[in-house]
Amino acid sequence: MGIGGYPEEVSHFLRSHGLEVGDRVKLRLDSGLVLEGVVMPRYSPSTRPVLVLKLRNGYNVGVRIQEIRSVDKVERVTQESPGAPVPLVEELSIAEDKRVALIGTGGTIASRVDYETGAVKPSLSQEELVLSVPEAFQYARIDVEELYSILSEDMKPGMWARIAEEAARKLESGYDGVVIAHGTDTMGYTAAALSFAFHKGLPGPIALTGAQRSSDRPSSDAAFNLTAAVLVASRAPFAEVTVVMHGETGDSYALAHRGVRVRKMHTSRRDAFQSINALPLAKVYPQDGRIEVIDPSHRPRGGGLVLENGFDERVALVKHFPGATGEIIEMLLDKGFHGIVVEGTGFGHIASDAIGAVRRATEMGVPVVITSQTLFGRVNLNVYSNGRRLLEAGAIPVEDMLPETAYAKLSWVLARTRDLGEVRRLMTTSLAGEISWRHNLRLYPRWRHSA
Amino acid sequence: MPELDYRALGLKVGLEIHQQLATREKLFCACPAELGEEEHDEFERRLRPTRSELGDVDVAALFEWRRGRSYLYEAPTMHSCLVEADEEPPHPINREAVAIALAIALAAGSWIPGEVYVMRKVVIDGSNTSGFQRTAIVALGGEVDAAGKRVPIETIVVEEDASRKMGEEGRRVRYRLDRLGIPLIEIATGPVIETPEEAREVALAIGRLLRLTGRVRRGLGTIRQDLNVSIRGGAKTEIKGVQRLDLIPKAVHYEVLRQVRLLEIRDELRARGVSREDVLSMQPVDVTDLFRSTKSKVVRRSLGKGGRVLALRLPQFKGLLGRELMPGRRFGTELADYARFWAGVGGLFHSDELPKYGITGDEVEAVYKALGADPGRDAFVLVADEEEKARRALEVVKERAAKALEGVPEETRAANPDGTTRFLRPRPGSARMYPETDIPPLEVDEELVRMAEEIKPEPVEAKMRRLVEEYGLSRELAEQVIEDVRLDLIEMLISRYHGELPASVIASLFTVTLRGLRGEGVDIEAISDDVLEELVDMIARGEVAKEAAEEILKKAAEEPGKGARAIARELGLGRVTREEAERIVEEIIKENIDKVREKGERARGLIMGRAMAKLRGRIEGKIVAQIVEEKLREALRG
Ligand SMILES: [Zn+2]
Repeated sequence: MGIGGYPEEVSHFLRSHGLEVGDRVKLRLDSGLVLEGVVMPRYSPSTRPVLVLKLRNGYNVGVRIQEIRSVDKVERVTQESPGAPVPLVEELSIAEDKRVALIGTGGTIASRVDYETGAVKPSLSQEELVLSVPEAFQYARIDVEELYSILSEDMKPGMWARIAEEAARKLESGYDGVVIAHGTDTMGYTAAALSFAFHKGLPGPIALTGAQRSSDRPSSDAAFNLTAAVLVASRAPFAEVTVVMHGETGDSYALAHRGVRVRKMHTSRRDAFQSINALPLAKVYPQDGRIEVIDPSHRPRGGGLVLENGFDERVALVKHFPGATGEIIEMLLDKGFHGIVVEGTGFGHIASDAIGAVRRATEMGVPVVITSQTLFGRVNLNVYSNGRRLLEAGAIPVEDMLPETAYAKLSWVLARTRDLGEVRRLMTTSLAGEISWRHNLRLYPRWRHSA
Repeated sequence: MPELDYRALGLKVGLEIHQQLATREKLFCACPAELGEEEHDEFERRLRPTRSELGDVDVAALFEWRRGRSYLYEAPTMHSCLVEADEEPPHPINREAVAIALAIALAAGSWIPGEVYVMRKVVIDGSNTSGFQRTAIVALGGEVDAAGKRVPIETIVVEEDASRKMGEEGRRVRYRLDRLGIPLIEIATGPVIETPEEAREVALAIGRLLRLTGRVRRGLGTIRQDLNVSIRGGAKTEIKGVQRLDLIPKAVHYEVLRQVRLLEIRDELRARGVSREDVLSMQPVDVTDLFRSTKSKVVRRSLGKGGRVLALRLPQFKGLLGRELMPGRRFGTELADYARFWAGVGGLFHSDELPKYGITGDEVEAVYKALGADPGRDAFVLVADEEEKARRALEVVKERAAKALEGVPEETRAANPDGTTRFLRPRPGSARMYPETDIPPLEVDEELVRMAEEIKPEPVEAKMRRLVEEYGLSRELAEQVIEDVRLDLIEMLISRYHGELPASVIASLFTVTLRGLRGEGVDIEAISDDVLEELVDMIARGEVAKEAAEEILKKAAEEPGKGARAIARELGLGRVTREEAERIVEEIIKENIDKVREKGERARGLIMGRAMAKLRGRIEGKIVAQIVEEKLREALRG
């Protein structure tokens, strides 16, 4: 790629006319038409010999360079200096009785759009937050700290530990709660990881939140979610690790989900996050400051802080599929992995000829944890003979725990102990509400069966 | 309408024609591109003003947001999906829609870019769930023949239509998502139009060009014209949403009139020696106490809710606020529009219209006194509302009044049904537009150009020749067919029944029968293409005579959804054989035998009338006449 993301042919054209991205030009085309506009960078990669021009009416068009007969006039456009930002509210009212720390890890909770290129610049600064989400301050004074600025999919267990450490520091220094801005794709994993790190003691809520529509759009859910998260962090009665996101497609209420029970269930909807095999902790109304607790069995605020930090990065999460043999598990063992979480079929099964690999893992002291790819319901290895053989090979079924939660948990457990017996005991004990023993009929969503 | 010399005034009009395209799917999703009245889900959202790199925000949007404006969306289950609900990114742009627009571009000789870029145009009135309208230029330049000249085309754009506004419920606006995403083509002409009538003719010509593709939607609301109007010394006014062609000349005329009058007001103010500073230095005065026992209901209601009455003096404006700019709209109305828009007040009173509305002459006098104003030279404006809103309203009124010294402000206005216009919003400065990064640019490849070539409308002359030479229509009838909104349907039917039914029968069904019905006030738009197709089929098969068409269509307009055959059955319009017709005529003659004997041959008219009353539409009139002739002769002989 050459200048402005253009292929060599276009770069050469630009160079030979002494042009740069951002220049105002007049192009005379073969048809006689004269186009005046600003040379834009490409935002999508292409090998096509097309130059992108922003016309004076604001539209972009792609001009084939072989159609350009002459470049009539060149003028460098000087960047307009940012004017004084207009605040969204006339007067910022801050609730001084509560303090919330906002830790940024990435995503675009607060950002500005460049109207020229359409590029969105995430900028999670104190100043930016005041300007773009002033209503969040009606519930607490918010202090912003940007820890990471990474894409959701680039999150790693090592970073969970940094985030936990930072959150602990904030809570220790007297904040009422912590909000963590996070990309949505792996937010559920981070929430589960933090839940285990803090399961022995957390004085105030940790609310993870993000946006399904980036904050450069008028319809963004970022401000709604962030305000709801600040409300939870500052005023919820529970001291739990939660994910706080839209509760339904409209801007009515958000849900606070228990970190070990939440899963992103949709690629794009605002209400993608749902609690699986459990009810959410609370309904949250960011517009009028209400929190309706749904699950009363929560840890109250005000307890001590106990952080058991550290995650094992040599844990794998694999899915059984028709045709899968023991090969994948064997490979992981050969690569020296410390633990494996399997998403089995149905009750938690894997193919008969893969069971040997599980036995070998157990013999090597590598735990194999069984969850189900159905997500809803409880694994059970007693119903069919293959299940019983899997048990006998040493597999650890973990009840109704989500596969992603089991993954984060095993990573956390293996950083404490490599003793297989102890790993088994910890994995099958509910530490942070990740296992429950009773599902009533309502815990399964009702799908529609008519158009 | 008062006479105006438009050319001398330097009138310049440019048109933006928006027309829905008849594609199978919407522009950015797989929903059908049509309205739907089925059951819907509902959700409520708010839209936030976003900030650009330059740090600015859309003030109008900001104001709406601060007022807590929310939007309630109806999502019909068959005509909207996650894309319209802003719950899924848009799909790649609909190639069919682009091809139709490219076809127009080819016909107009426009330049077609190598890549089409979809942009986001910020629109925060809730009509787009995303807060922006997706829009793309597919061609630039070119020209069309209209009103006897070559009219330059500036841009050809494809964009998504907005949601349908269903109403307002307090601070909530209700929209329906079926219309959102229906593809629109927007054709913008250069500002070369010099008279109101010419504007209509150019709109007509472009509408015809669009219809000639056979790929545009018809019916109310499927075409909208925006007009950019300016006169020398005035300003460019954008008039939005003129739906009827015959309203165009009126809207242009009234706008010219408005600008002329605003310039007169400016000159008058200058002559009176008023300066901007004089106006801007005025401060609102709280006159609530003067209205404690007022008879004005509006004021009393506001005071009852804890509101205040504020007044602003407009120095030496006496008589100008009451000056009519266009029928029913005075300069005071313009001030009220601004106050409503920027401050959200219900309205205002101005001294040129008082005493009235329960406000007495004594109260007017008292206000003049409180303002220290001269009742012989000054004017004032009164607002009764919450204090903050009232203050803001008067601030806005003051600024607008000061602008009167400069002439005509740049505005976007909305057309009223009578062709007058009202203030909608200030004209946006630089377009708030940025790339839609969720949609990759579309390469205009050979396949797309081939698709466009197929749709490209044939020249009017060629079409005319075909209709006359191939199908035997008279030139006059062919001309009417080409002007008809249902051109595509007529052509299809003429070609389908070629050799079975004369083209002239099909053509006159539309150009004579339907137009006649419209003249009688029948809502012919309610008659679906399906009904017309079925009716032509019935005529072709001889199930009904063509004379039955009028009655069937009248009924079809009253009961949309009912088929032509079902209507014919209900009306008893089944065809009769010649033998049955003969029996009916014999019966009539027998009933009237005395008169027949008395009048002889001259009774023909009477018998014919009675027979047609029973037989119209069931057998050709010509045959009835023959039978009457025969039977009458027999009766007289016998
Ligand atoms: Zn759709």
